[in-house]
Amino acid sequence: MKKSFVKAVMILAVMTIAATSLVAQSYAIVFKNTGNPYGEKQMAGFKAGIEEQKFEAILRAPDQPTAEAQIAIIQQLIAQRVASICIVGNDFDALTPVLGQAASAGIKVFSLDSSVNPSARLTHVNQADSVKIGQTLVQAAYDMIGGKGQIAILSATSQASNQNLWISYMKQELTLPKYKNVKLVKVAYGDDLRDKSVSETEGLLKAYPNLKCIIAPTTVGVAAAGKVLTDKGLKGKVFLTGLGLPSEMATYIENGVCPYMFLWNPIDVGYLGAYVATALVKGTISGAVGDKFSAGRLGNYTITKAPDGGTEVLLGPPFKFDAKNIADWKTVY
Amino acid sequence: MSERSISVDRPRSLRRFFFQWEWLLVLIFIAVNLINSSLSRYYLNLRSLVGSTNSFLDMAFLVLPMTFVIILGNIDISVASTVALSAVVMAVSFNAGLPMPLAAILCLVVGTACGLLNGLIMIKFKELSAVIVTLATMIIYRGIAYVILEDQASGHFPKWYSFLAWGSIGPVPLILIVFAACAIAFGLLLHKTSFGRKVFAMGNNLTAARYSGIRTDSVIVAVSALTGLMAGFTSLFLSSRMGSTRPNVALGYELSVIAMVVLGGVSTAGGSGRIGGPILAVFIIGYLNYGLGLVNTTANVLLIIIGSLLILSVLVLNVRFGGHRRPAPPGARVIAPGKAPDEKA
Amino acid sequence: MSAEAKAPARARANRSGEGFRELGLLVFIAILCIAFQLRNHSFLTLANIKDLLDNTAILGILAVGMMLVLITGGIDLSIGATIALAGMTSALTGMAIPRINPLLSILEGMAVGLVIGSVIGILVARFKVLPIIASLGLMNIVRGVTYIESKGAWVSAYQMSDDFKSLSTGTTLGVNNLVLIALVIFALFWYFVNHTKTGRRIYAIGSNPDAADVSGIPRRKLLWLVYATMGVLAGLAGVLWVSKFASAQGDTALGYELNVIAACVLGGVSISGGSGKVSGLVLGTILLGMLNNALPLIDVSPFWQQFIQGIVILAAVLTNVAVKRNNQRLALRKRAI
Repeated sequence: MKKSFVKAVMILAVMTIAATSLVAQSYAIVFKNTGNPYGEKQMAGFKAGIEEQKFEAILRAPDQPTAEAQIAIIQQLIAQRVASICIVGNDFDALTPVLGQAASAGIKVFSLDSSVNPSARLTHVNQADSVKIGQTLVQAAYDMIGGKGQIAILSATSQASNQNLWISYMKQELTLPKYKNVKLVKVAYGDDLRDKSVSETEGLLKAYPNLKCIIAPTTVGVAAAGKVLTDKGLKGKVFLTGLGLPSEMATYIENGVCPYMFLWNPIDVGYLGAYVATALVKGTISGAVGDKFSAGRLGNYTITKAPDGGTEVLLGPPFKFDAKNIADWKTVY
Repeated sequence: MSERSISVDRPRSLRRFFFQWEWLLVLIFIAVNLINSSLSRYYLNLRSLVGSTNSFLDMAFLVLPMTFVIILGNIDISVASTVALSAVVMAVSFNAGLPMPLAAILCLVVGTACGLLNGLIMIKFKELSAVIVTLATMIIYRGIAYVILEDQASGHFPKWYSFLAWGSIGPVPLILIVFAACAIAFGLLLHKTSFGRKVFAMGNNLTAARYSGIRTDSVIVAVSALTGLMAGFTSLFLSSRMGSTRPNVALGYELSVIAMVVLGGVSTAGGSGRIGGPILAVFIIGYLNYGLGLVNTTANVLLIIIGSLLILSVLVLNVRFGGHRRPAPPGARVIAPGKAPDEKA
Repeated sequence: MSAEAKAPARARANRSGEGFRELGLLVFIAILCIAFQLRNHSFLTLANIKDLLDNTAILGILAVGMMLVLITGGIDLSIGATIALAGMTSALTGMAIPRINPLLSILEGMAVGLVIGSVIGILVARFKVLPIIASLGLMNIVRGVTYIESKGAWVSAYQMSDDFKSLSTGTTLGVNNLVLIALVIFALFWYFVNHTKTGRRIYAIGSNPDAADVSGIPRRKLLWLVYATMGVLAGLAGVLWVSKFASAQGDTALGYELNVIAACVLGGVSISGGSGKVSGLVLGTILLGMLNNALPLIDVSPFWQQFIQGIVILAAVLTNVAVKRNNQRLALRKRAI
């Protein structure tokens, strides 16, 4: 009699603790800046994933894309004792100390989209294989220009970690013998500002009159380049590809200035991040290579080794947007 | 009886004493804390309250000399670039083999040099306003930082270096202690030394100050160098907080610093202000950001709140009693008969 | 020489001294043109100059408004946010009403700008808030409103009507619309500040507010007018910006006010109020536009761009000072003692 009573009390206690911890647990995502539709979709996907699992999601983004602002936000999250922080880093290294503070406080820290230093994160959720992104973009340029000619890259800021990573893989890909007739003449920085991206594109066109293709792995840059090429009537003479939002690039894909470009679904990226968060907190995974977990409607995933020395989870291959499917996607994001 | 009053001393009365800008700021500070603690249960935790100061105090080091600059009637928008350049030079020289303590001193030296250059250009080319000089140097200094580091980060500082930004002595963060010391030093400098009096005099009327024998050039250079030195302090604490540095650190700091000084009751017309105001403003804005962040206010709403706070607090004071002076015309100021100097003429 | 005969001679000397005020800047720009052309022969081509003017037109429109504000001794840091809000609002309206006349979009943007400018004007003129605080506060508020209004999304090219997009890219009488609008505004303001009573009064307010008050100039009304005008121009610039880039973002023109202030100050507009000429403004705007246009063109590492830009600006300003001092020395020599 006493035994079963004690058992009942213990079960009740465990249930209460589980219930309160379930209700109290909040999962945070910190994006790069506010007002960014790509970020909004990513955070929406994260929120959907977290709420699907009956937890509370906290979505934060600073008004300026600086590391200093993200440090302040992370400190506020630590004070709120969140269960996990998913960081889309504005700087690869600068968040290391504050994320270390979070980890010491028992918070599970991982990065998404724009990675942080492996010493500061348990794992990283990558939209697509960074090496593959570089390869795909270079291959696309190669196909568009018919195998030979000058190409240039229009990037965001010179400090953006994911940009620099992709560019380094692009340069690596270009050393292959297949690309011996393709010459990368310049990497220009548009700083993700419309007006600067336009000036840099115009500068590229004038400084390199034989330029055949521009690769712009940034949503603002590729749209700005698309506008410039359209306005100057350079369709067919100078090609454009890169990573862009289907909504921003719809006009330029439809008018042919950009034959095709790539991206992935940010909603799915966020959603995957949500399941990584809960899996880390539950203990299902620890961020090591080989860990497996289930990500709701996306299926099962395994953690793999990342090229920067840490580990990562890959969403899938980059998705190609061209004239055939752009009409379907331009209203989604 | 109407008579011209050129007295600078305010007539003493209890009403005057309490209707000063700083008291309004104290009220706002208390209000901010009350609102914050009612919004979030995580706020009134002494440890995190005191500990959270390290997220906004690195900027506060710039507020102290900026007070001097604005009282002088000038402005300095190159401070953020000085922070970036001195941090970059320090990091690069440390990684090139210089021992960390020396690299830190180099950081302060570079900062002071940048400030010194500002001051020298200003006194040699008096036709140029402070805005244009510091605008040019703002672009140049950060430009040099980009030339040095390009797209890299530099860091890997020794373990003890992170104690600067993250360490505490007891429950009090080190940065708060250092800031308090600097604040006291600057306060004494401004209000209790002849140097401070000279700054006020020059802000009030540069020509008259020069003719009364004040070495205006030396004062301007000294204030500029001081600004550069404190920018060095900021970059020490900032790079410690981030564990690394890039050419794009401290982006946008100058605007926030100027906002804090102006919220603190220092008029951009020059010649008036007290060190207490900007210090209070630092904590008001810092705790407001922190408290609202604890309830995860979105950045959009936060922008609106901070902007409204800025305007409303100034509005209240102006509606009550005159507030800031108009920008002074060149030459002597005419004070209308019968009115005290700081009332609206 | 009698006193009356001396006066016209002195006046003549003064006028020629003023005419030379911008000479230093003009010479500097000429030298810079040559330097850039040597570096890349496509700099001084018609196509490039067209691009340059296109990209500088919006800066020019804003500089005119900022000049008025600076002349009164004030400052307006909120124009970047105003551009964003005006542009976003007109873009969202264009999305909701696809067949809207683009001129109505312009009017809508100008109305948004007018509201923001008026608020600043009232704060500065009626409530004696310092312009820097008023515009700083409003900058934050307006930016926040822009993000909230857009719900974090952008308005993309496919959501804008062709008429709207051709506002900025179209041509009228062979000249690009943007450049035409900028020229018209420059001409209007040149006339306004030099040949109307109100324009001259605005200089008076900035030069000596107390004297202006005493001489019966309606200071408060004119101050409000100045900020409202800046707002309207910023609103116009916002619509043109969104049309030019075929995209409306929440963070449009973040920090752009600094470029505008730089253009004004380079052009000789005094930050403490009371002086500034439209001719200097044009030169300042062109210099800045040239830098933005030429830096990507010349073959320098992108990491040197900012440094070069800063050095050029500093050199331009110092050259101007040197020339001015030289002229003053010469003018002094001419005077009969």
